[in-house]
Amino acid sequence: METTNTNTDFEVRSLDANSVNESRLTHKWYHNIKYMIVGLAFGIVFVKAEIISWFRIQEMFRLQSFHMYGVIGSAVVVGIISVWLIKKLKIKTIYGEAITFHPRTFNKGQLYGGLLFGLGWAITGACPGPLYAQIGSGAYVIIVTLLSAVAGTWVYGYIKEKLPH
Amino acid sequence: MSIIDWIKHPWPWYVAGPLIGLTVPVLLIIGNKSFGISSSLRHLCAACIPANIPFFKYDWKKEIWNLFFVLGITVGAVIAANLLADPEPVKINARLASDLAGYGITDYSGMVPKQLFNWQNLLSVKGVLLMVLGGFMVGFGTRYAGGCTSGHSIMGLSTLQWPSLVATCCFMAGGFIMSNLILPLILSL
Repeated sequence: METTNTNTDFEVRSLDANSVNESRLTHKWYHNIKYMIVGLAFGIVFVKAEIISWFRIQEMFRLQSFHMYGVIGSAVVVGIISVWLIKKLKIKTIYGEAITFHPRTFNKGQLYGGLLFGLGWAITGACPGPLYAQIGSGAYVIIVTLLSAVAGTWVYGYIKEKLPH
Repeated sequence: MSIIDWIKHPWPWYVAGPLIGLTVPVLLIIGNKSFGISSSLRHLCAACIPANIPFFKYDWKKEIWNLFFVLGITVGAVIAANLLADPEPVKINARLASDLAGYGITDYSGMVPKQLFNWQNLLSVKGVLLMVLGGFMVGFGTRYAGGCTSGHSIMGLSTLQWPSLVATCCFMAGGFIMSNLILPLILSL
């Protein structure tokens, strides 16, 4: 099983041994509807700002448009200010819990995995979120790409211990 | 111009970017969740094909919010593409258009070029490289890197984590290499 030291997953930190601050509140399943509503708004932004467009991704990597740089850059600025405010004002969740942040350590996966993902991003015109949105926007063949991404994740899990980290 | 007309036009970056950035505090405040989408792929593996692999042996039901989130993204895209569609044709950079025309790509009407990403092309080498290999690299690479554009580039940078900056630079480097050096070879197939 995984331990704190071998955990290299930035996003799924709450699954791993160091998640001592993890929420112990349990909620009925319908509390998850609120995440679906946030996702719904997010999906609309994805399509309307053409962030899931293969053409916009090509323009980004060919330096032919500022659009995607503006989107990511302004998102990061808003994110930094928000996180700073949450820490500064000690804002709590709607359930009254303290909001927790989890520092990550560097490992070689961020280099090798990052490069591999970058290559895939420019081929498909999609990171994982946009894959779902491309399907929703009517490009049903992208279901194949999504299943292939699930397969890629599975193969990573299968050979994880043999990879340099 | 009415509001609905404005909404139907493609949204500028200074509207979309801040809205995406706001996802970070919203998810934190409504349930202490760190923004990150690629982990949904891991949860799908854990839920459907864990195969006794340690990486997938965890209680995925505790992370089910993430699957509700991506379901929302899918439904949101359905709404935007059907009810809020822009009646105007998509505008793309003139140099990109002339490059793509050289490969026979002239239809910009979808979010992905329909002349490349379609069911028939799954039977060609080009189509397999674009749809199958491309997807595989997205799934393998994001998990190897421990996050994707949302987990590293947005959430990681928002919390000022330098490993996320390293990952983001590698995402961009991979993208530049593919788009400028390798993709032209694939499209020539």
